[in-house]
Amino acid sequence: MAQQTIRQAINQAFHQEMERDSTVILMGEDIIGGTGSPGEEEAWGGAMGIYKGLYRVYGDRLLDTPLSEAAFVGAAIGAATCGMRPVAELMFIDFLGVCFDQIFNQAAKFRYMFGGKAQTPVVIRTMYGAGLSAAAQHSQTLTSMFTHVPGIKVVCPSNPYDAKGLMIEAIRDNDPVIYCEHKKIYDTTGDVPEEMYSIPFGEADIRRDGDDVTIATYGMMVHRALEAADQLAADGIECEVVDLRTLSPLDTDTILESVENTGHLVVVDEAPPRCSVAADVAAQVARDGFRDLKAPVGMVTAPHTPVPFSPELEKHFVPSADKIAACVRDTLDD
Amino acid sequence: MSNDNFPLSRDELLRAYRTMKTIREFEERVHVEFATGDLPGFVHLYAGEEAAATGIMMHLGPNDHIASTHRGHGHCIAKGVDVKGMFAELYGRATGTCRGKGGSMHIADLDMGMMGANGILGAGAPLVCGAALASKYKKDGGVAVSFVGDGASNAGNFLESLNLAAVWDLPAIFVVENNAYAQSTSRDYAVAVDSYVDRAAGFGLPGVTVDGTDFFAVHEAAGEMIARARKGGGPSLLECSMIRFYGHFEGDAQTYRAAGEVEELRANRDCLTRFAQQVAQAGVLEQADLDSVDREVAALIDEGVAEAQQAPHPSEDQVLTDVYVSY
Amino acid sequence: MTKAITMPKWGLSMKEGLVGDWLVAEGAEVGAGTEVVLVETEKIAGGVEAAEAGTLRRAVAATGDTLPVGALLGVLAGADTPDAEVDAFVSEFQANFVPEETDAEEGGDQTETIQVGEFSVNYLRQGSGAKTAVLLHGFGGDLNNWLFNQAALAEHRTVIALDLPGHGLTTKKVANGNLLCMVHVLQNLMDRLGVAGADWVGHSMGGAIALQLALTRPDLVRSLTLLASAGLGPEINTDYLQGFAASRNRRELRPHVRQLFADPSLVTRQLVADLLKYKRLDGVQECLEALAYQLSDAAGQADAVRPVVDSGAIPTLVIWGADDRIIPAAQARALPKQDNVHILDNTGHMVQMERAPDVNRLITTFWNSQP
Repeated sequence: MAQQTIRQAINQAFHQEMERDSTVILMGEDIIGGTGSPGEEEAWGGAMGIYKGLYRVYGDRLLDTPLSEAAFVGAAIGAATCGMRPVAELMFIDFLGVCFDQIFNQAAKFRYMFGGKAQTPVVIRTMYGAGLSAAAQHSQTLTSMFTHVPGIKVVCPSNPYDAKGLMIEAIRDNDPVIYCEHKKIYDTTGDVPEEMYSIPFGEADIRRDGDDVTIATYGMMVHRALEAADQLAADGIECEVVDLRTLSPLDTDTILESVENTGHLVVVDEAPPRCSVAADVAAQVARDGFRDLKAPVGMVTAPHTPVPFSPELEKHFVPSADKIAACVRDTLDD
Repeated sequence: MSNDNFPLSRDELLRAYRTMKTIREFEERVHVEFATGDLPGFVHLYAGEEAAATGIMMHLGPNDHIASTHRGHGHCIAKGVDVKGMFAELYGRATGTCRGKGGSMHIADLDMGMMGANGILGAGAPLVCGAALASKYKKDGGVAVSFVGDGASNAGNFLESLNLAAVWDLPAIFVVENNAYAQSTSRDYAVAVDSYVDRAAGFGLPGVTVDGTDFFAVHEAAGEMIARARKGGGPSLLECSMIRFYGHFEGDAQTYRAAGEVEELRANRDCLTRFAQQVAQAGVLEQADLDSVDREVAALIDEGVAEAQQAPHPSEDQVLTDVYVSY
Repeated sequence: MTKAITMPKWGLSMKEGLVGDWLVAEGAEVGAGTEVVLVETEKIAGGVEAAEAGTLRRAVAATGDTLPVGALLGVLAGADTPDAEVDAFVSEFQANFVPEETDAEEGGDQTETIQVGEFSVNYLRQGSGAKTAVLLHGFGGDLNNWLFNQAALAEHRTVIALDLPGHGLTTKKVANGNLLCMVHVLQNLMDRLGVAGADWVGHSMGGAIALQLALTRPDLVRSLTLLASAGLGPEINTDYLQGFAASRNRRELRPHVRQLFADPSLVTRQLVADLLKYKRLDGVQECLEALAYQLSDAAGQADAVRPVVDSGAIPTLVIWGADDRIIPAAQARALPKQDNVHILDNTGHMVQMERAPDVNRLITTFWNSQP
């Protein structure tokens, strides 16, 4: 099986789905790059190079957009209600402020509000997270803002295999899907089948087995949690690392099953703590798995602050493997 | 207007009149029924504005899409949405167009190309860009029409859409239904330019202003724009200058309007009266033809209300359908 | 005689294993093929056997160690070999041992693909014998089902394990899923590989396919080994077939997969995860549904292909797990000729995995008994 990066896995998902289904179109700022400019054609292939090579094959099924998120995200949604399967890129998740209406008041609600007579198969892929010193307006983890809204599905892959399978599922799903990619893990490698496959939403993956404590997390934090689990294993503490994969729908059954076995839960989230995915998971386990818990739920999150610029500050902002390991120890000592 | 070169056939004229009359009677009846307290929620009436929706929609077919506003009943009816289903929807019944889940402000019927009334002003414009884009890919000759009032003509999503449609050369028409008030605030206060033609020009679009109470003027201007868009000529903006017989919403005391203003408009600028005069002068329809339509429309409205009032409420389980639910 | 017992390589992806309990104490006599220590990989747990008879002189690896493939687990030697000699053997082994760095892609055995009509068929060839054997896995399986068997069998034959249509890395198409479609592909594959006749080993659905091949092209079939084979009787666990095909996630799939083994603890999370990865490939769902539908007509299949066994025209070996919950062992007991029928106790449907040493020995003995 071929090793691919997350970047390559998403690119391959686009290639294969565009080949399979002529209604799939891609749009966003600079996804081709250099449109109308005098220099090289397909200059960028997206800010992170995700789309490289697609324009040469699929031509006008890729659209560079004006810097106009409300209009083009809305256009993707409108086209989705008219038989297309658009994937629109919101370059940074932080830009949701300028187009959120189209996502949460329009796309999220059509199927329900129109009595089940509409479907809106749109994917909005977007980049989140800190780690590049991009500071407060380009580094946020706003996943819970989407998760809060009924009617949209929220996907957050941590590895190349999931990235491809979840993207294909997202494109084929008939509901709007927000596909969140952490900007620090595009070059993470892993085995990815050449064939097309899809991973159903709402199934968490257990990335590491353990009997002592459950760590529930998603996206880039899965890597930090696995690092922490390695550290702890040296001391004989075995962590079960649950990769949520999709935040909506959320696979609470897998978390609860794991907690039933371990009796301890640590939730890890790069977002600030209030009303976050971490808080949500903790609350659900408190509600449905309270009797299995032998200690209070541990939470490792960013502080309730904007994301700082200075690399030194940012390093302290993002939950580290050390912090996760410390929280696990606290939980077990409790 | 002489009979020989009249722009529409007798059948088309009857269809236009029937549409306008249906909208009028629908809205007048909603006005009455709302006052009884039986209709839940907010309603915004289109009475007085019928010529605009009808004049534009006469050019649209099944491959064409529209995105409407909070004041959407007229657009729905003109685009062919079932009137009885609409009444049932306004009553929140299971037989409604949206099975009682949308209500007045969100009536949609995608099978009819009606992408929804919209509670968020200006939000339909980006959606229309998408519908027009889909038609371009599908090469189905479809055109998409966005409606906003003079109020939402200032919204960012609308203005962004004008640019996007122009950049992508979309078969999209942006209609500004200027009824002089954004809720209670006057258009003259809230819109900085005097002319929507100028605003269109700022986005590189052809723009036209017509008297929105004159069905034939709307029909002619919209026809040109839609034909051009259908042939790949790109988007346009159409301002229909029009009037509102009722308040912003049902229950609006309208104290911001001038004394006697509404009475004067009803007496002198009723688009239905004007249409009847025009066709009578041209000798293309008899009063008896109109009377016959009036009777049919009245019967339809009566039936629609009666059936809606008798229709079942949605069952409790419907709260959880038509959306994925976990938790 | 001083011999190392080393960490085995079960399947191409195995790089290391977790040492489980020792089944034999230091100093105990063991026979050839005795399981001496348990090893667990991400995918499967199994016993490591003594390659020859001797005394377990050293249990070098401790339970709980994770060791690379090839690492020293223990030492077999004669009871009278001096301790110093055994210790020297261990020191020398450890001093020279270098874990295999190469991936499957870079060295060692690797699968190949060959185009057969509209199918791209994935297979693994091991061994270099003049005679060829072909291993056919069952419904929902792949060539890795033979990971405990192929290397051992390859000491006696050139052994080709393949992914059947709709499975593994082979094209995900099975037409309507009946046996003739499969046989059609196998005939063409044999032509393309230049194999005139082979010893066929079929597990479950693979057994029924081998039987059908023997009917259609008897010239290609030198012998048949049928492991928990379909096609011999009217009973088959249709709940399993349909449940396996329909399961969409780990929670749904796991109970079905556990039915395959007498010891359900052999079903690791990774095994289920790998099956899900397979099931989620485009086209697999349709293949499995078609195959499940065809296999559910076990009575019809038995009517068609069982005469091959009853006639006795082709040498046939039958091996079954007594606790098979997919196809009952009673079907083996009901065969008219019982001399080559072996029913293994405490064994489920995945007989070649659960009882690999016994199955390997039975097959090689059977082969060697043929002219």
